[in-house]
Amino acid sequence: MSKRRPYVRPMDGWWKKNPYYVEYMVHEGTALFVAAYAIVLTFGLVRLSQGEAAWNGWLEAMKSPLSIIFHLVLLAAIVYHAFTWFKLFPLTTPPVVLNGKKVEPELIVRGGWAAAIGATVVSFVIVWGLA
Amino acid sequence: MAALFGPIMVFITGIAVPLGLLLPADAMSYPKMLAFAQNFIGKGFIFVAVFLFIWHAGHRIFHSLHEVGIHQGIGSKLLTYGVAAVVTVIAAVALLGLGF
Repeated sequence: MSKRRPYVRPMDGWWKKNPYYVEYMVHEGTALFVAAYAIVLTFGLVRLSQGEAAWNGWLEAMKSPLSIIFHLVLLAAIVYHAFTWFKLFPLTTPPVVLNGKKVEPELIVRGGWAAAIGATVVSFVIVWGLA
Repeated sequence: MAALFGPIMVFITGIAVPLGLLLPADAMSYPKMLAFAQNFIGKGFIFVAVFLFIWHAGHRIFHSLHEVGIHQGIGSKLLTYGVAAVVTVIAAVALLGLGF
């Protein structure tokens, strides 16, 4: 074992020093809410497979004020995630060239939002039709 | 997927249907949900949604843990990808158990 104890720069709270990194960490933090929602859905799926009484129990649980508040928080977190994700879109896509001109990053961001709004509307209409 | 369909799914299952807002309150009644989950497309949609949400979240949490000083190892893998795998299996078993 070496007696050397090299200096390791402490990194605690590094992301608090720059607003851009704070936003990054908040964006990453929304993953916890996405996971929570997946678990809520899976729980419902298990209750559905256990029969009508179990499913109705899950539906009742979803009506509790606590659940409603939880889902409002989930909704806010996931919308924030979607919003910031599309904001990062131009950084993750290769440069798109159309008619010999580079497509403005702003246009790509708007395209992402348009896709999200489109997906939202289409999903709602389909569910409306089924319900 | 989470960005495109996450908001509307949370709104429908967690807010609109429980409150009877915009959608009929029986939109997720047992016969309707059973039919949806037994339908080939409905079953596929539910599985893909759960699968993508949990793996996407697990993957991102796995890499974010590094940012808060929890470095990549067996523990952080079990906590993220492990949970994702367990949730996937539970969802798959429940969906297959519902029949076609």
